[in-house]
Amino acid sequence: MSKVNLLKPNKENINLFLGLGVLFFTLGILDFYLNNFYEKNITGFLPGFISFFTPLIFGMIGLHFVRIEFSGIKKLDELNKNINTSNFNAALSFCIILLLIFSIPPLLNWFIFDANIAGDTKEACTGGGACWVYIKVWFNRFMYGMYPNAEQWRVNATFIIVLVLMGLGYFFPLRFKKYLTLYYVIFLPIISFLLIYYLISGGEFGLEWVETGAWGGLSLTFIVSFFSLIFCFPIGMMLALGRRSDLPVVKYSSLTFIEFWRGVPLITVLFMSAVMFPMFLPDGTYVDKLIRVIAAIVLFEAAYTAEVIRGGLQALPRGQYDAAKSLGMGYWRLHLLVILPQALKLVIPGIANTFLALVKDTPLIFVVGLLELAGMLGLAKTNPKWLGFSMEGYVFAGIIFWIICYSMSKYSYNLELKYKTDR
Amino acid sequence: MKLKKILPQFLTLLFIVLIFGFFTMNAQENMDTRGIEFGFGFLKQEASFDIQFSLIDYDGSKSYARAYLVGLLNTLLVSAIGIILCTILGVVIGVARLSPNYLINRTASVYIEFFRNIPLLLQIFFWYFAALRALPMPEDASLLLGTSYMTIKGLYTPAPIWNNFDVFLISLIISLILIFFFNRYAKRKQEEAGIQYPKFLISLGIFLIIPALTFIFGGVDLQWSFPELKQLAKTSFTYEGGVGIPPELIALTLALTLYTATFIAENVRAGIQGIGKGQKEAAASIGLTPGQVLKLVIMPQALRIIIPPTTNQYLNLTKNSSLAAAIAYPDLVLVFAGTAMMQTGRAIEIVAITMATYLTISLSISLFMNWYNKSIAIKEK
Amino acid sequence: MFKYLKQLTSLVAMVAVLFTFTTETMAAKKSKTLKNTQKKGFVRCGVSQGLPGFSNADAAGNWTGVDVDVCRAVAAAVLGDASKVKYTPLSAKERFTALTSGEIDILSRNTTWTLSRDADIGLTFVGVNFYDGQGFMVRKSSGITSTSQFKNGISACTNIGTTTELNMRDFFNSKGISYTPVAFEKADEVVAAYDAGRCDTYTTDKSGLAAQRTKMSNPDEHIVLPETISKEPLGPVVRQGDSVWEDIVRWSLNTMIEAEEYGITSGNADMMKTSDNPAIKRLVGAEGEMGAAFGLDNDWNYRIITQVGNYGESYKRNIADTGILPDRGPNELWTKGGILYVPPSR
Repeated sequence: MSKVNLLKPNKENINLFLGLGVLFFTLGILDFYLNNFYEKNITGFLPGFISFFTPLIFGMIGLHFVRIEFSGIKKLDELNKNINTSNFNAALSFCIILLLIFSIPPLLNWFIFDANIAGDTKEACTGGGACWVYIKVWFNRFMYGMYPNAEQWRVNATFIIVLVLMGLGYFFPLRFKKYLTLYYVIFLPIISFLLIYYLISGGEFGLEWVETGAWGGLSLTFIVSFFSLIFCFPIGMMLALGRRSDLPVVKYSSLTFIEFWRGVPLITVLFMSAVMFPMFLPDGTYVDKLIRVIAAIVLFEAAYTAEVIRGGLQALPRGQYDAAKSLGMGYWRLHLLVILPQALKLVIPGIANTFLALVKDTPLIFVVGLLELAGMLGLAKTNPKWLGFSMEGYVFAGIIFWIICYSMSKYSYNLELKYKTDR
Repeated sequence: MKLKKILPQFLTLLFIVLIFGFFTMNAQENMDTRGIEFGFGFLKQEASFDIQFSLIDYDGSKSYARAYLVGLLNTLLVSAIGIILCTILGVVIGVARLSPNYLINRTASVYIEFFRNIPLLLQIFFWYFAALRALPMPEDASLLLGTSYMTIKGLYTPAPIWNNFDVFLISLIISLILIFFFNRYAKRKQEEAGIQYPKFLISLGIFLIIPALTFIFGGVDLQWSFPELKQLAKTSFTYEGGVGIPPELIALTLALTLYTATFIAENVRAGIQGIGKGQKEAAASIGLTPGQVLKLVIMPQALRIIIPPTTNQYLNLTKNSSLAAAIAYPDLVLVFAGTAMMQTGRAIEIVAITMATYLTISLSISLFMNWYNKSIAIKEK
Repeated sequence: MFKYLKQLTSLVAMVAVLFTFTTETMAAKKSKTLKNTQKKGFVRCGVSQGLPGFSNADAAGNWTGVDVDVCRAVAAAVLGDASKVKYTPLSAKERFTALTSGEIDILSRNTTWTLSRDADIGLTFVGVNFYDGQGFMVRKSSGITSTSQFKNGISACTNIGTTTELNMRDFFNSKGISYTPVAFEKADEVVAAYDAGRCDTYTTDKSGLAAQRTKMSNPDEHIVLPETISKEPLGPVVRQGDSVWEDIVRWSLNTMIEAEEYGITSGNADMMKTSDNPAIKRLVGAEGEMGAAFGLDNDWNYRIITQVGNYGESYKRNIADTGILPDRGPNELWTKGGILYVPPSR
């Protein structure tokens, strides 16, 4: 047995150091745990502020002892490499471990163990945790807004049909493949619009008319995002081409348009479209508020899409233009057949990010009185029978939006990887 | 050939003129029949409403123009605080995201994925209507750091009371000028003779020592006025003295910072990763410490990648601060495009002014950041 | 070359259509609003975002309240069906812009009639359907029983874009009290903030206070102070420039109030058609040509009374029976000690 130097843990005395390390580490955790959850301070005999830091000191001593280079134990080496390379690193790691211990049990308790889900009145919520009864009771409202309960199958049916139609593209026989773009860009939007017009809005074929003011909840979020996505793309493309045009009038009007929309907050744009816009129309013309709001979002996001696409256009080498021109292609054929297909491929991640931003912007329509998910939350939380559950509501909406946005961002990340290898 | 160039332009122009003409004509006609006038004279009228929180001297007897200024300053205030905080947090998280320490790395990425994928409006609502509502009433609040109180009515911190503040201010300016010249001198020395000064430490020293001297020689005196609990009624309390920071400002800053920092962190990560490994290895091989590698080799190059997308995030933050209207923070949208618009009924004028203001702010931030980006760009020799 | 010509002609055609459209609407009949409403088949009505007793939607999306009843009365008069109303919930800030821009045709949203609003911003007030005044609400436990107990540093929650904001300033200035206004855009947010303890007092119209009190987590913990600091005559508003439409809305409201005066209710309106009193017969469309001046048929007021009821019924159904303000106070008929007095329908 070689000499033990406590400042320099070595391989020779590995068992001693490991033992000491684990002991101190456990002591640190235990001290912290008892302090926070049982209000017992085992180091209470020390002066106040030293006692406050004892868990950290113990933990760092513990981690210091186990920091043995080339210990020969694979797990330990990996651990050291990952979280314990230096004292500074060890302190950070230990703080994070303490943070996890501090936050996870109360969170779990709130979410699951102390939560209530049975019953359907406020009184059913007896535990100290979340009241999921609230979400259960209001679920239909959160999903469909004020849409009549008996008619909600129409919303579901529309969404299912649109999803099926979107998936249909995958099963196109090979010889129709070239029409795929046509299908997605023109055919699908028209069908979806007709579906929404006749099925969700109703008023024909014996279906009861449901005014757009009653639409709401998550389904409205989807409708608004869907149409905004579909329309902002072609408009953004035109603007991007316009901004790169040689014709000064076209160029500068596109530029002004883009910079204008990028410079103003969406909230003022929505206010204009929802409340002020009829002032700019002939007296008596009536455009539904929902349509006006979607149009505002489309113009707003189109400016951002345009900038993303412009990035792709700029990244293409001049040779592409020259080659296409030498084949005698005109402006439109050159762009549609040669430039845009390549440029769009380059900017897919950027476009996906813009779309993601669009989805995250949809809750803003709540400000002009369209009650999508965030708006319904606002309504539900002030209902006299259900006061005091705003936390549950926001957590619920947060989870839903998080799932949507996270899956979108992962999808765009995968696309990015896929197209990176393509080039 | 010429026609091919002129006709599309002519059509675009015609289209724009017609659209604008159509809208203006309708607006004109509608305003005529409804008896609404157009003009900016209302800006001089007395506003006659009070604002919760103002950086400049304001009360209801001032004009609408003054109310506009209050709103604008409040917008700028929350944007400035947000930009500073989210830059700091974003850089920390971005660097942490690249840390070899597994725990730190994971924590940073969980933070990013979490806050980035939830709509900002929901986050603002969450902080204001759920989290800050859990704060204690003034009478139950406990002391924070021995000086401040965090209550449902806001954060109350000590207020500084200055004597001879102008002397102090001048000393600050002098120290900044000195730092500027010192840095130029140090840079020249480094380029000419390769001598490196501890620039940061010396700058910090100048910044601390010169203003500190004014306390001894300049007759500058600083005292703190601490917030004190005051009883308004049997169960109703507030704090007096000190500075009261409204919870609306706190919630808004918190949400804007946490949200925007995720994007900045990703920019920072992408920027640092965008620098070739060879650069790092080369720098390390000539004996630079890891800190020096980051400071002298990686960052100057990474900044060029980081700044353009970060500018966009600053712009977004500024525009997103208009969501203040959803909670009661009196920013430009709430004060001017809210109360003032309502009291005067001048919707078109006020919305136009508001939009023009945001446009101006956006363009100035863009221009400034473009200038900065150019100034740090590596000059090809 | 031809390609562009084709584009040009289609554009010219489009413009031509737009212009004929404009000229056509300019030459339209006396009341464009009436014509458009009948064409669309519903009355576009701006209401509050939820104020129990005045305009409030239940979970099924049905609107009720005295303000809502004005809209329903107009719909019954001009379209024959009181349910043909499209309600647009508006915040205080949005309401006038929505009305003047033409987003809605009637604003019936507990709006105070003031000189500057009536004269300055393109609005016309057609009458008063609720006489009110601004008051303060405080927590009972605070021990405050009168506004004279307010002290410097008090914080007051209210709505932006209301007369309340202005009255509040006048009040506190005249008393020399320094205060912090906390102004929200939506009434619900004001209530939530006050309820949570953000403010010491909540100020708005007294009827609003009484109604919003029902939305608090524990209504019994709050009291409305006795002082009234302003007069707030609330009533429906229309755009300037369409006097026929203005008259229709005014007289729809007047019909409801006068019907109560003569004891005509939704239940007995049929019997009243054969009444001996010509004033009553005029109110149920059995005598005279009371609708002709508006371009309506003769039964317009009869439909209001049968489908919506008279003012008393509306008040009882929406405000008294819901426990908001059981006592009618000034909103009683002039014959019974109140100040509701409308010109005669003749």
